[in-house]
Amino acid sequence: MAQVHDVAVVGGGLLGASIAWGLARLGQKVVVLDEGDAVRRASRANFALVWVQGKGAGMPPYANWSVEASRQWPGFAEALEEQTGLDVHYQRPGGFHICLNEDELAARQRVVEGMYAQGAPEGYGLEMTSREDLEKALPEIGPEVVGASYSPHDGHVNSLRTFRALHEGLRAFGADYRPDHMVDAIEPQPGGGFVLHTEQGRVEAAKVVLAAGNGNERLAPHVGLFAPMMPTRGQIIVTERVRPFLHYPLGTLRQTDEGTVMIGDSKEDVLDDGETRVPVSTVMADRARRTFPLLNRLNVVRTWSGIRVMTRDGFPVYDQSASAPGAFVACCHSGVTLASMHALDLARRIRDGGLGGALAPFSARRFADAPETLLNSDAAA
Amino acid sequence: MSVLRSDNYDLVVVGAGPAGIAAAAAAAKAGATTLLLDENAGPGGQVWRGLTSTPLTNRDMLGKDFWDGQLELEKLRSSGAEVLQRATVWSIDPSLQVGISHGGASRIVQARRIVIATGAMERPFPIPGWTLPGVMTAGAAQTMLKSSGLVPSEPTVIAGQGPLLWLLAGQILRMGGRIDVMLDTTPKGAFAAALPKAFGFLTTPYFRKGLKMLREVRSKVRIIKHVTRIEAQGDGQLERVVWETAGGKRGEMASRLLLLHQGVVPNVNLAMSTGAAHDWDGLQLCWRPRLDDDGQTTVPGIYVAGDGAGIGGVGVALARGRVAARAALTSLGKSGQDADLSAARAELAKANRGREFLDLLYKPAEQFRIPEGDTIVCRCEEVRASDIRSAVDIGASGPNQLKAYLRTGMGPCQGRLCGLTVTELMAKARGTTPEQIGYYRLRAPVKPLTLSELADLPMEPEAVKAVVR
Amino acid sequence: MTPMFSHIPADQRPTLEIFVDGQSVRARRGDTVSAALLASGLDVRRDSAVSGVPRLPYCMMGVCFECLVTIDGVGNRQGCLIPVAPGMRVEIQRGKRELGK
Ligand SMILES: Cc1cc2nc3c(=O)[nH]c(=O)nc-3n(C[C@H](O)[C@H](O)[C@H](O)COP(=O)(O)OP(=O)(O)OC[C@H]3O[C@@H](n4cnc5c(N)ncnc54)[C@H](O)[C@@H]3O)c2cc1C
Ligand code: FES
Repeated sequence: MAQVHDVAVVGGGLLGASIAWGLARLGQKVVVLDEGDAVRRASRANFALVWVQGKGAGMPPYANWSVEASRQWPGFAEALEEQTGLDVHYQRPGGFHICLNEDELAARQRVVEGMYAQGAPEGYGLEMTSREDLEKALPEIGPEVVGASYSPHDGHVNSLRTFRALHEGLRAFGADYRPDHMVDAIEPQPGGGFVLHTEQGRVEAAKVVLAAGNGNERLAPHVGLFAPMMPTRGQIIVTERVRPFLHYPLGTLRQTDEGTVMIGDSKEDVLDDGETRVPVSTVMADRARRTFPLLNRLNVVRTWSGIRVMTRDGFPVYDQSASAPGAFVACCHSGVTLASMHALDLARRIRDGGLGGALAPFSARRFADAPETLLNSDAAA
Repeated sequence: MSVLRSDNYDLVVVGAGPAGIAAAAAAAKAGATTLLLDENAGPGGQVWRGLTSTPLTNRDMLGKDFWDGQLELEKLRSSGAEVLQRATVWSIDPSLQVGISHGGASRIVQARRIVIATGAMERPFPIPGWTLPGVMTAGAAQTMLKSSGLVPSEPTVIAGQGPLLWLLAGQILRMGGRIDVMLDTTPKGAFAAALPKAFGFLTTPYFRKGLKMLREVRSKVRIIKHVTRIEAQGDGQLERVVWETAGGKRGEMASRLLLLHQGVVPNVNLAMSTGAAHDWDGLQLCWRPRLDDDGQTTVPGIYVAGDGAGIGGVGVALARGRVAARAALTSLGKSGQDADLSAARAELAKANRGREFLDLLYKPAEQFRIPEGDTIVCRCEEVRASDIRSAVDIGASGPNQLKAYLRTGMGPCQGRLCGLTVTELMAKARGTTPEQIGYYRLRAPVKPLTLSELADLPMEPEAVKAVVR
Repeated sequence: MTPMFSHIPADQRPTLEIFVDGQSVRARRGDTVSAALLASGLDVRRDSAVSGVPRLPYCMMGVCFECLVTIDGVGNRQGCLIPVAPGMRVEIQRGKRELGK
């Protein structure tokens, strides 16, 4: 059977778009199949941090992967701008996680120590900051702030513009992006290659990458893969535009390049993203104003909620299928942070046909109920 | 915010125009605890704006229709309903909790039933230059006239179509205001298309009023018919209006003020934010809430009355308000309301006559709804028609993906001034229907409120757990 | 500049004093801030928050948010919904709001 496409990427969110962009940049013929306009899309609902501190507590390779992502971001942002003319405003001034009382401070201290105890990456730089030092960076903090943790690798980006740049870039590379193409089923073909079924008809490709967010859980078994997901809902508040006042991103508060202030974020086991809950906004608003009392009089213009793409243990899953080689799956929460790795590193591995030993720890084989059909990454290497 | 008598009401009505006033009065009179909320300084909504405060106390100036409002207001006053002005409703959730902002503080009130009567707004009129200072809606001029006795006093062009346009022009002239030119954008042939429906129309008072209005304006203003293109030009403010007619004639006039109007559409933001289903109305070219016969939305307990339910005018709004209120009370088991409900339904049927005619006659032309080139579509975020067309090219299949690419609809007006244009423009660019394209997903707050108002609301332990972790 | 709008002679409401960027302006009781500004004859155009282009009120009914002004030190308020009060201090906005204002 003649393959029209080298790779079909299922899902056109940040994850799918980053991988597809990376593949197309390497000269692959890529088709991206995505759902329609009104679907859950974490790529439109996220907080836009490129965030390293605390990531990978309990899984050192993920901590490394996150630090590497932060290091690769400047080059990634540059490549996007060069291609599309869109400045995605990546900034890495370092970021703070603010503590509002001694208990929070002690808990944060334990997180920091834990990261070093498990073997932190080279040049990790995560440290606790006293209130006095914090005041130098953030003179407007409120009296309740007792301290923070700080990581030099943390930063933020305009994630919506990144999303758009990826889609513009895909088009410029000649990739075929198809919205309103929800994939119902995927059939591996006997001689290799895949047929993907959508309501608008079938699509054929030599390889397939599942990047359908929480939708991966349903699609993965079609090609002998495993993606156990545990989505949660997150809510975010955004204010009107104000002149720049906040020059560092905080874990739950940042000022965007457009001037708006974003306040995050909650975590609930509810999967209706059509609703935002006022009581949840109240708690978030209260923490924000205790952090910066000057925010009190700012107007809130919107709140929204999104469903996080989250694996069962919270760490990324990258795998290739043993029963249907050429089928890959990628799921993770932090699609903004990791976009650089997905575009520049993961895409190359997929083109080359194997994920390699470096990604072996991310195989879903780590879950006790994983099927036999997962190809371990070292074997593929 | 301690001004409210209670935290619990049988009925909360949002919007104190004709529909809201009628609904609140009917409900309170029947013994329901009723709260009527409105963000303006006084009651009246659009038609009766400034009812209690207008400087135009000479009764001829605003006409009988206006002063009829006082009768309805009297009924409201004697009904026992609690009324709060300058109160903005920024949230309604499916459990019928209503978020209210008043005097810089917010409060949540529990309702057993809700009537949303937030009325209509003028249809966006995205022509080149419509963001220039000096370009306003005709409705804005009417508001200034009714509530402040202000009329245009410099060279003025009024442009667009629809009964309201003529009514407003008539009111301004009668008050000694200035209008130099009227650019009538009613497409050629529209009148003929509407004529078969004229019968229903003839039996309503609209018709007589309509003729008188037309005559009055025609005698005083230079009228240019079948205008197909309008542009507002100027450097930092309006300096001249340029136009072209179907016959290919061009014209221009130096002016300080351009008043735009091409009909009104339901203001659906609050209703949509509750999750109530809305459908595209192919005749009125706008979104309408999906309602049962009594005005109940697809969210149980939430009703929509008045122009927010579909454009119908004052009579229809009053009738819809009463129908919704009585149906809400009936569902709460308040007895003795059934007779009233059927009377209200009959009133509504009568008031509805003639509407379809107006809709057909005044269906605005495509070029004034779906702009070309780099005309601004989203005023707040300054997004242009050409930006939207390029976003469609890279794969935006609807308003929500568009928002992600371009920030359309993310400014303070929350899509009110661009939403319809975006839906229709995308439908055309993608060769599909407005239904298929859909609308922005709207969520609370539908109107901005300060962070401290939000933060000062009561803390729920379960919400604290969702955030502090 | 002559104002685009003038009061009709029949309007006999009492006036009150407000301050627009520090300048004393007579407004009529019952007017909204936006109506008072448009009738004042002053240049009351604000600069937009996105690109700084000049804007004036558009809808006068609370939907377009073109009438944003700073009132008594609080920024981004909808002038078309707020009635004038004696001694009110109104500032025309220049671009984005400042935090704490
Ligand atoms: C509240 C919140 C805050 C966040 N904050 C951050 C942050 O600060 N930093 C960070 O790095 N990350 C953050 N994230 C996560 C980030 O947004 C996601 O990691 C990223 O968007 C995930 O990309 P995705 O492509 O996997 O998922 P999505 O963006 O959800 O995209 C999945 C796509 O797949 C499509 N799809 C699903 N099923 C099918 C099918 N069967 N056929 C075809 N298409 C299908 C969907 O329509 C969708 O377009 C946050 C997320 C949330 C919800
Ligand atoms: S002028 Fe439109 S909201 Fe005030």
